[in-house]
Amino acid sequence: MNIFIHEVKSYLKSVGIWSVAIFLIILIYFSAFNAVAVEAAELEEMLSSFPDELLIAFGMNDMDFTSLLGFFGVVFLFCQICLAIQASNYGISLVSIEERELTADFLLPKPVGRGKILTAKLLAAFTALTVTNLTVWASSFIVISLNRDGRAFDVRTLALILSTIVLFQLFFLSAGIILSLLMKRVRSVIPLSMALSFGMYILNIFGTMLGEDKLEIISPFRHFDPNYILAHGSYDLPLVMISVAVIVIAIPASYALYQKRNIAAAV
Amino acid sequence: MSVIEVKELTKYYGKARGIIDVSFKVDEGEIFGFIGPNGAGKSTTIRLFLSLIYPTSGDAKIFGKDCIKFGPEIRQDIGYLPSEVFYYEGMKVLDLLKYSASFYKKDCTERLHELADLMELDLKRRIDDLSYGNKKKVGIVQGLLHSPKLIILDEPTAGLDPLMQQNFFNLIREENQRGATVFFSSHILGEVQRLCNRVAIIKEGRVIKLQDIKSLQKDNYKKIRIAAENLDEKTFDFPGVTNLFREDGILSFFYKGDINQITQAISGMKLQDVVIEEPTLEEIFIHYYE
Repeated sequence: MNIFIHEVKSYLKSVGIWSVAIFLIILIYFSAFNAVAVEAAELEEMLSSFPDELLIAFGMNDMDFTSLLGFFGVVFLFCQICLAIQASNYGISLVSIEERELTADFLLPKPVGRGKILTAKLLAAFTALTVTNLTVWASSFIVISLNRDGRAFDVRTLALILSTIVLFQLFFLSAGIILSLLMKRVRSVIPLSMALSFGMYILNIFGTMLGEDKLEIISPFRHFDPNYILAHGSYDLPLVMISVAVIVIAIPASYALYQKRNIAAAV
Repeated sequence: MSVIEVKELTKYYGKARGIIDVSFKVDEGEIFGFIGPNGAGKSTTIRLFLSLIYPTSGDAKIFGKDCIKFGPEIRQDIGYLPSEVFYYEGMKVLDLLKYSASFYKKDCTERLHELADLMELDLKRRIDDLSYGNKKKVGIVQGLLHSPKLIILDEPTAGLDPLMQQNFFNLIREENQRGATVFFSSHILGEVQRLCNRVAIIKEGRVIKLQDIKSLQKDNYKKIRIAAENLDEKTFDFPGVTNLFREDGILSFFYKGDINQITQAISGMKLQDVVIEEPTLEEIFIHYYE
């Protein structure tokens, strides 16, 4: 419990920053909605003159500017990118921080097993991610309500989209942990987490652009594509299961790797 | 009872040598010195005790229990001071010490404050702002606040000023009198000699000598340098003198034996300078163990 509390405290600042950033992204983006919705026809004409690849890159390829949720789909993609970076950061630094900042010599000689340490750290990271998750929920509902201007939207579909966040975060958290444990030493977290989160993002874009669906099949951006949920009113279940499988395999594997790990000494 | 029992402990990092076939025992109530030059395997041995790393073969028992299988249990009674101390960013000294104390079953608050007073440590400061020596003090308090039965020290005095070193040695002696066993790793022969009952000397991953401190002092080599008029090497041509050489009119050699023989030999000389000092451990290794 003491490790959990210590870890949660260490996340406070980071969670605050990410939550405010995501709230602002949604707020600022939606402030343009009323203007856009009125001139939707002209805007769509303008967008159709852009190359398809560009539209795909920003998730605007089959976007409906007149509907609240259609408009929301694009900003949700931006939120997903933020959430992916945040969760990757937490995952990659979860246990590697002790080796990088040489606090392993403080923590591991304490009378506590590594399994318990990892559990406490995982729960703390998950708590931090959940706070951010709830911020996205609250921001989405508040901002959409403020800008709806009498228009209706399907609460169920919105909830369906927002419900994907938990698994989306867990995917990047667990992928980050396993990545950091497969490496001998993680020297710096940001380049790795950028590579992981943007790598998955780009994989999804390429897949859509090229019409291939081989590579993007491992990308959670594809598994939890808001446009798919908007169009079908449900999840692309087989793809969602791929994310679930990655999480279910990566977390026990992380325990096994961490238990056996030789902790690098101060250099 | 043996507090530490090491049997043929071997650790390789891939192909790189850590330690090879290390065996020794440390009895209850001992202050056991573990000396060797940098890179000899001192820290590797300690990190194996604390299961920060896992052995390639062999095993180590602490309090009679395997230090990997019963790791969390035995660590309840171990206090460890690492050679390099780094702590969580942004924490205050008191917060860190309280966090450290929260891992132990007993209430450590009183001892924490006692130790902080003794080491003249300001509990309200942020650890980031502390000097190296002050961080080291945090490490000492952190390692001792739960009154451990076994204290493991990895080059503990680096960065402490002489006065603090003295405080620290007194503290370790007190802990020892209270009943704690001390495992003291160092590359400074002098401090090990001052404090320890018995020593193991480790070199290139192997324990090459295991000795009680009295007999180590008996074959205590002195490093002697003499500058005098009409110096003659032959004056010192007697048993116990080794590595004799002359440079710029100064005669240098190592000596092992009755020191009065040296004082007699130089009593007739017109000395300009004489230095009798402890050889460094490296010098001992270079001259006597190769």
